[in-house]
Amino acid sequence: MSDLAIDVEGLTKRFGARTVVDNVSLKIPAGEVWGFLGPNGSGKTTTIRMLCGLLKPDGGHGTCLGLDILTQAEAIKRQVGYMTQRFSFYEDLTVRENLDFVARLYALPNRREQVERTMQRVGLSDRRSQLAGSLSGGWKQRLALAACMMHAPKLLLLDEPTAGVDPQARREFWEQIHALAREGVTVLVSTHYMDEAERCDRIAYIAYGKLLAVGTVEEVVAGARLSTWVATGPGRDKIATMLAKAPGIGTAVFGPSLHVSSADPAALRRAIEPLMGDPHVTWRETTASLEDVFIHLIQDATVAQAKEAQDRAA
Amino acid sequence: MLASLARVVAVTLKEMIQLKRDRFTFGMILGIPVMQLLLFGYAINADPKQLPTALVSRDPGQVERSIVGALERSGYFRVVAQVTGEPEVERLIAAGDVAFVVTIPDGFTRDLLKGERAQILIEADATDPAATSNAVAALNQLPRSALRHDLPALATEPAFDVVIHRRYNPEGLTAYNIVPGLLGVILTMTMVLMTSLAVTRETERGTMENLLAMPLRPAEVMAGKILPYIVIGYAQVGVVLVAARYLFAVPMLGSLGLLTLALLAFLLANLAVGLTFSAIARNQLQAMQMTFFFFLPSMLLSGFMFPFRGMPGWAQGIGEVLPLTHFLRIVRGILLKGNGAIEIWPEVWPLLAFAAIAWTVAILRYRRTLD
Repeated sequence: MSDLAIDVEGLTKRFGARTVVDNVSLKIPAGEVWGFLGPNGSGKTTTIRMLCGLLKPDGGHGTCLGLDILTQAEAIKRQVGYMTQRFSFYEDLTVRENLDFVARLYALPNRREQVERTMQRVGLSDRRSQLAGSLSGGWKQRLALAACMMHAPKLLLLDEPTAGVDPQARREFWEQIHALAREGVTVLVSTHYMDEAERCDRIAYIAYGKLLAVGTVEEVVAGARLSTWVATGPGRDKIATMLAKAPGIGTAVFGPSLHVSSADPAALRRAIEPLMGDPHVTWRETTASLEDVFIHLIQDATVAQAKEAQDRAA
Repeated sequence: MLASLARVVAVTLKEMIQLKRDRFTFGMILGIPVMQLLLFGYAINADPKQLPTALVSRDPGQVERSIVGALERSGYFRVVAQVTGEPEVERLIAAGDVAFVVTIPDGFTRDLLKGERAQILIEADATDPAATSNAVAALNQLPRSALRHDLPALATEPAFDVVIHRRYNPEGLTAYNIVPGLLGVILTMTMVLMTSLAVTRETERGTMENLLAMPLRPAEVMAGKILPYIVIGYAQVGVVLVAARYLFAVPMLGSLGLLTLALLAFLLANLAVGLTFSAIARNQLQAMQMTFFFFLPSMLLSGFMFPFRGMPGWAQGIGEVLPLTHFLRIVRGILLKGNGAIEIWPEVWPLLAFAAIAWTVAILRYRRTLD
């Protein structure tokens, strides 16, 4: 086996006339934690489903844990843990019954002990007899993670595991992820949270089915070559409205301040110079944050997508 | 008041949009009444005529011809076989190939001419009393009318006696027919509904995605899904049979072991239908509607509620495809007639054929991946 846990080229998936995943290539070294980011509907879930053999790609090829994703889906399923976006264990089974069911499916040796140990490790022992449906979001997420880890997979594919989970539970969740990574497990986790992206070794950013950026957070931020200014003060909302229509300029409100970014520093200066006279706002230049970069990437992709649609129509 | 009305209208409009989106339900809302109209209007007939009849004639001649002619003119009887031996008679009536056997005994004409009490014997397959009762009633006219034209001299009142044997069910009890039949109806309903819901529930709740992501083969999911329902099916059989025996005193002449085996074929056929529905239905409501769409013709066209032979050819053709039709013949044959494996085989293989086809469809339709 190569030292790449995931190695896919040109993955493409179409649903009818819509291309949901467009020529995505990913090389994820074993033992790394990768964040998979992108707006809703950008193709993250579909990509993950293709990686674990649930969906057949319409184009592209590659391997997952050294196994061919086109022909060895069965073998991949045995070594991969996949956590679905929506809680997909049985709400009318107890915590223990759910885990026991999964343990039986993977034919785990010493099933009872395994289930006990798993419940202890994730702190579900006290809730063993509680119906999964009556657990809160955070506990459901723990149960789901526990269930997809029980068979000691070498690769975890987690689809928005922390959506709707409180910060404390998220923090504990990430501690677990890093503990697993130290044991050599490779993790691909999709998320919308910037702080989670920053906990990853590397991130991959996808929009409209196309992979737009791959690398460490620093690499992605540097790669965007964004020039960013921060406007602070009560006048920031007015400025945001004024800049909303400006081409190639992205804005984002962070508390009392407004981030204004563009890949074209000269254009940015031209756009904000007339506004600098406002006494209610102070301006300073800063380095772009990951969120600034993402907003910029989405805006660029949206423009490109619209142009593409226009070309098709013409 | 007006605001309340506006809110009602809002909900009504939303409901109509949702109904319009769910084409399948919309189709069912229109399709089921149409099916009911067709079935109740054209297929069902509680007064079956032209019932297949075997003739055992030990006294051929003018009198025999007159009697057969009178039987056929009544509209209820159609002689389909001339037989001589007793074993042949038994085979025909046990297999359900004929509904009546008319025996004109040796020396019938002689007795008639001498003015002695001449008798003909008519045996009716009374496993379904409703199917033969009108025909039996028509026999009352036979002694008066049979010889009126051909031998008016003999048509004194009444010229001869008609002895009627209601085979398998001498008292003509409806329960003998309905209770074993109910076994098939109950199993059809539960097997198809429960399996179609069991799989659709997984899809609806999103747990199917998880199942498919784990190392489970579709065949394994299916087998695991249907096993509990086979057990439940047999439990239902037990309950109905105990009730049939002790509450309704239904005879149980044949082998219960054989019935158990035949039941398996019937259960498998229905389970496959349930799985096929679950693979097509997108939610539990649709699965229920499909079950109803299958259940309705099963009830009406199988011979459970209305006599099979009363239906027109096209309806009988549909009926012959349905598992319940064959199961009814099997269960009535085994319990009431004491039929064995050889007699029921002509009804067992259509069940197996149905099951084989339904399973193929179910497996092909079952989505291995999510696309």
